Amino acid sequence: MAAYKLEINNQTHDVNVEKGTSLLWVLREHLGLTGTKYGCGIAQCGACTIHIDGNPMKACVLSVDDFSDGQKITTIEGLSKDGDHPVQQAWIEKQAPQCGYCHSGQIMQAVALLEANPTPSRDEIKAFMNGNLCRCGTYLRIIEAIEMAGKTIAAK
Amino acid sequence: MKKDSKNSMSLNRREFLKSGSGIALFIGASGLFPVLVSCSENKKINEQLEKHRVSAWVKLSEDGELIIYNPASEMGQGSMTSLPLIFAEEMDADWSKVRVEFSPQESDMYGSPGWSPDTKMMFTVGSRTTNSYFSTMRKAGAQARFILLNSAAQHWNVPVAELTSSASVITHEKTGKEISYGELVPFLVLPDAIPDFSEEQLKQVKDFRLIGKTVPRTEIPAKVDGTAQFAIDVRLPNMVYGVLERGNLHGSKPSLLNEPEILELEGVIKIVPFDYAIGIIANNLELALKAKSLLKIDWSTSQATGFNSEEIYDDYEKIANRTEKGSIVSEKGDFSNSLKSASKIYTADFKNDYVYHAQLEPLNSVIQVSEDLQHAEVWVGSQQGFDTKLGVPGVLGIPPENVNVHLQFLGGGFGRRSMSDFVEECAVLAKEVAPKPVKLIWTREDDLRYGTYRPQSLQRITAAVDADGTIAGFSHVVVGDGGNLVASGVDNSHYAIKNQLAEWRETTHGIRLKHWRSVGHGPNKFAIESMIDEIAFDQKIDPVVLRRNLMKEAPKALATLEKVVEISNWNAPLPEGRAKGISFVEHGSLGTGVCEISVDRNTGKIKVHHFWIALDAGIIVQPDNVKAQMEGGIMMGISSVLSERISIVNGQIQQSNFNDYSLLRMEDIPDSIEISLLESTNHPEGVGETATPMVGGAIANAFLKLTGKHLRHMPFTPERVLEALRS
Repeated sequence: MAAYKLEINNQTHDVNVEKGTSLLWVLREHLGLTGTKYGCGIAQCGACTIHIDGNPMKACVLSVDDFSDGQKITTIEGLSKDGDHPVQQAWIEKQAPQCGYCHSGQIMQAVALLEANPTPSRDEIKAFMNGNLCRCGTYLRIIEAIEMAGKTIAAK
Repeated sequence: MKKDSKNSMSLNRREFLKSGSGIALFIGASGLFPVLVSCSENKKINEQLEKHRVSAWVKLSEDGELIIYNPASEMGQGSMTSLPLIFAEEMDADWSKVRVEFSPQESDMYGSPGWSPDTKMMFTVGSRTTNSYFSTMRKAGAQARFILLNSAAQHWNVPVAELTSSASVITHEKTGKEISYGELVPFLVLPDAIPDFSEEQLKQVKDFRLIGKTVPRTEIPAKVDGTAQFAIDVRLPNMVYGVLERGNLHGSKPSLLNEPEILELEGVIKIVPFDYAIGIIANNLELALKAKSLLKIDWSTSQATGFNSEEIYDDYEKIANRTEKGSIVSEKGDFSNSLKSASKIYTADFKNDYVYHAQLEPLNSVIQVSEDLQHAEVWVGSQQGFDTKLGVPGVLGIPPENVNVHLQFLGGGFGRRSMSDFVEECAVLAKEVAPKPVKLIWTREDDLRYGTYRPQSLQRITAAVDADGTIAGFSHVVVGDGGNLVASGVDNSHYAIKNQLAEWRETTHGIRLKHWRSVGHGPNKFAIESMIDEIAFDQKIDPVVLRRNLMKEAPKALATLEKVVEISNWNAPLPEGRAKGISFVEHGSLGTGVCEISVDRNTGKIKVHHFWIALDAGIIVQPDNVKAQMEGGIMMGISSVLSERISIVNGQIQQSNFNDYSLLRMEDIPDSIEISLLESTNHPEGVGETATPMVGGAIANAFLKLTGKHLRHMPFTPERVLEALRS
């Protein structure tokens, strides 16, 4: 076991876990931040997408050892205070989720896209979101929600 | 455990009755007396519950808030909104004041009679939820309104017939009096009798204020901020973790070779042997997974040893060649006689590989068994089952009433979660460490390799066509394992073909099988619809014209055909390299779909550009949600038709995760899916499984039009497409 200090959603968390434990298990099972989901464990589905210093990354393949050095970790729980991020609002407006399991990851990936480019083309959206699987097949609504949120963000 | 207000927690009966203040309005099933008691009087409520087999559908508070209970699983199909909405419609409830929670998992109270008369089951499968609960929810809602109106009439001392209700407000027009449902709570009284409303006494479709309107789904806000709770998210004090190594050969039995070494590993609490697996319980998940990876196991051979899924098609063809018939699924007229008078006979074999559910939340559950082993609390995302307690009573040897199931949101079901193997496994582990709760997690590899697949199958279609082009006979031989799992969807009752024969010829390989969205409809509609187009192509008839003739005695089916022809602009010319294909499916609801595709002749990759569907599903409760089901069904169809495939060599599953079992990704989706919902006043039909089986036939038919070649083996991988192009 080893002690780690993690900066998550603007709070410092202390955890004692095995060296090399994946950040996903630390977030979910040790810290109770269960909005980030486990889907594949090999960075193929994107259900565990979080932000590290603003960059979208797949938590399942990150080791806790490498992210306890003050890196800013953001999960879906820390994205907005009341679920009112423009991307979340657009997600509701477009009724994007079905089962909803992949959507924390989808939203985190979409936020990263729009922070870099609030007016992405459809092809840019598809390329950036291609690593996030949705088995329910909500992709078209995700695209529409991203376009809608992009407009809100661009107008600000 | 913390109860998040945004989360719809299921409660056991006792908690359910204790929770909150206000009035619980228990509306009895047919012929039973309703019960109305204050929720603070637990004793009285319990006494009433003992006396009456009642259903409690709604809880009404003085502040006007209503909680309506949803008896079905929520796996993204929208039951968390549709069923309470139906109730609220007849109750004339103010939807903005409604909160929805899962009902207790008690089938005698909340079961639906939709499976067979005089039974009650909680079973969210077969696209039957709205269909089977529609009347139940309407009657119960009407009964709740009846009690409210009668109470207001008594309160004001006016005739009940002079009262009207709308959005939780009762009005007496003559005196201008108004009272809200919440304000009426202190004055609620039970009428002497409560009618068992017949269909005629319920609202007319034209009077619906909620059904058929755009109503946002109730659980979506919790699904965008991370608070929606799936079973895998449940954390309890002192919880430990369970994992199982199930090997990679279905039916194989393990012998553990290094038990002492595993038991010495840090965090390992216990090794629990199963017939087909070795279970490990550990203090945390990562240690459990580490121990699992270090297991040394000798696996026995099994029925599946030696089985090769690709080679077995030779056997399937031989079985199809046999003269003796298999089990007759349906028969009308005399097919063999129609062959004799035919001017041309068409025959073709269609093949379908195994496919995997791939619901994005891997199987899991959390179970806590009491120290005396007599009670169990179960947190699970389940499509429920014949046994609402999901096999746990059997594992623990305790009565069903001692098992309390807390239903959670499902991270996808698609048929996989209507089997309780994973729940029973967790109960076995939890019994070993009682009273510590155990969270059992299947890794993605576990979930895929020990999956339960849609069976591999071969369809041999033979069609007899008369000199005037009439299809006079149609025979459909299904070869494969699993009975209805391969044979569902062979029905052709919407096509006016006089002589029809459908039969199933059994094979068995020891591979685990299960209902997969649309079940046999996927492979069988692909085969049927492909053959229809093959005949049209050969006879130089437009496939729409041929289907129009076939549907002449099925006006509802024909209406979906005509509508989709219209919205897809079927007859309009297409750019070079594009073609459209059409396909019809009955699965409760009726739908005809059209796709537009192109093919990269160098890579063999098929691209679906657009999809159009016209659907008749009877009364549509939530139009936007039905569209979402169509969209999702098409996406899952494209995914499975173009790339999904489980292959088996010497009994070993060749895929393991999403790196080698490829699902449709965003770059490969169509540009648009357009849906037209036909207006209807008929009873609602299921919509979850109508779109997916359209896709195989529609793509194959578009490919035929585009290339003159046949795709007869799903999935249409680039290699198979290239092979077809070379043929």
